[in-house]
Amino acid sequence: MARFGMVIDTAKCVGCMDCVVACKTENNVPEGFNRDWITTEVHGTFPTVQMEIRSERCNQCATPPCVYSCPTGASHVHDVGGIVLVTKEECIGCKACIASCPYDARFIHPEGYADKCTFCIHRVEAGMDPACVAVCPTHCMHFGDLDDPNSPVSKLLASRKHHSLMPEAGTQPSIFYLT
Amino acid sequence: MQELSTTRNNHLIDPSLHVWGWEIPVYLFIGGLVAGIMIISGYFVLKGQYKKNVFSCFHLPHISLALLSLGMLALFLDLEHKRYVWRLYTTFQVTSPMSWGAWILVLVYPALFLNTLIRIPEPFRNRIKLFDRLSERINQHPFAIKNIGVMNMLLGTLLGMYTGVLLSSFGARPLWNSAMLWMLFLVSGLSSAAAFVHLIARDTFERELLAKADNGFLTLELFVFGGFISGLLTSTRVHQEAAMTILTGSYAPGFWVFVIGLGILIPLLIQLLAVNHKVRHSPVAPIMVIAGGLLLRIILVAAGQDTHWTLASFPGN
Repeated sequence: MARFGMVIDTAKCVGCMDCVVACKTENNVPEGFNRDWITTEVHGTFPTVQMEIRSERCNQCATPPCVYSCPTGASHVHDVGGIVLVTKEECIGCKACIASCPYDARFIHPEGYADKCTFCIHRVEAGMDPACVAVCPTHCMHFGDLDDPNSPVSKLLASRKHHSLMPEAGTQPSIFYLT
Repeated sequence: MQELSTTRNNHLIDPSLHVWGWEIPVYLFIGGLVAGIMIISGYFVLKGQYKKNVFSCFHLPHISLALLSLGMLALFLDLEHKRYVWRLYTTFQVTSPMSWGAWILVLVYPALFLNTLIRIPEPFRNRIKLFDRLSERINQHPFAIKNIGVMNMLLGTLLGMYTGVLLSSFGARPLWNSAMLWMLFLVSGLSSAAAFVHLIARDTFERELLAKADNGFLTLELFVFGGFISGLLTSTRVHQEAAMTILTGSYAPGFWVFVIGLGILIPLLIQLLAVNHKVRHSPVAPIMVIAGGLLLRIILVAAGQDTHWTLASFPGN
């Protein structure tokens, strides 16, 4: 079974927020909420200060605590690429999934259900890239099957130094950042 | 230096998680209180005290039914997608403590109802024939009464444990992620329940007994707190920082003054003097214990939401 993931080249990302705008437009994300966002991390001591700009979203974890904590099964792992989705007609809005996510990637949609990045599954099922990947002007974002060793994302991970977010949380995220 | 800035500003998520307000702590508190009452009333039923009308165990089951319904109302108010609440009962999700809790509550209601039927409260007697007949039938079988007592004790224990397990299962919130939390909430529930019975008891023997029991529960609670805190302090940096939010951080005044001081130590001292006949029994100590139990949950729910995995890299944030 395929496991979809994203590889984001932080050396190319300029934090332009095109991915954020594309996501909001593509998925009708309500005003005041974001399914993806830009994080800037600065660390080091002058003169060796380093900055990493990252486009972040739900990490589509292979061990998803949000799915395990959901009392109704509304949060589930989809057959297509192991993408974590929410069935809004099954969600009671208890917010257990939000409390269980170490990335704080979910929010309550104004209509009452838990919402988050879906890797634009409607586009992926039609053979397209997620909207954020498609619009990136620096081509820093790559989407594909992590389980296929010949996919571009697997090749990038095999050839470049990379990290994921909070690996210590043990959720096996599917988004990787090239450094 | 290490700085993290984000463009995300989602409602209830940023700058720090605050998805659960007063409703969940109230629900957890009432759940714990009812759990404790079920254990105490189950014990009294088992010991045959239900035969004495003056005993408060006679009133506990129907008070519990009302309290539990209030707790469920608080939980319902917290839900954001209320019209889909019935979805809880179309499935059983084995990995979800909330699903376990929902189904435990389905068992708790009939257990409390059966306990009520052992002695139907005066205003409801001779009103519904079916209930009177069921009550008669139960009272013809002392073995059934004992089983109802045991069932209430077991389900009360499960309910009390669940209120802690619900929070401790969230690995993303280091303050809650402790195997001691279920024990803390269960003992705190028992102590609040003992204080509640102490408060309403008219029988001197019962009041003395519950005050002594409450002293035991409060002392045990202090030990469990010690285990809870030391477990966090001897764990990873993330858990140490999480413990600091209640020990020295912004939640420390509320924790030390209201939960430990006014919620455990002072009432323990008053009740120790009362059971040794140095002062008279008064409602002051039990009220302090009950308020302390509620504040414990309010503070732990709020502080837990403030803790996250980035605490190790960004302590104090």
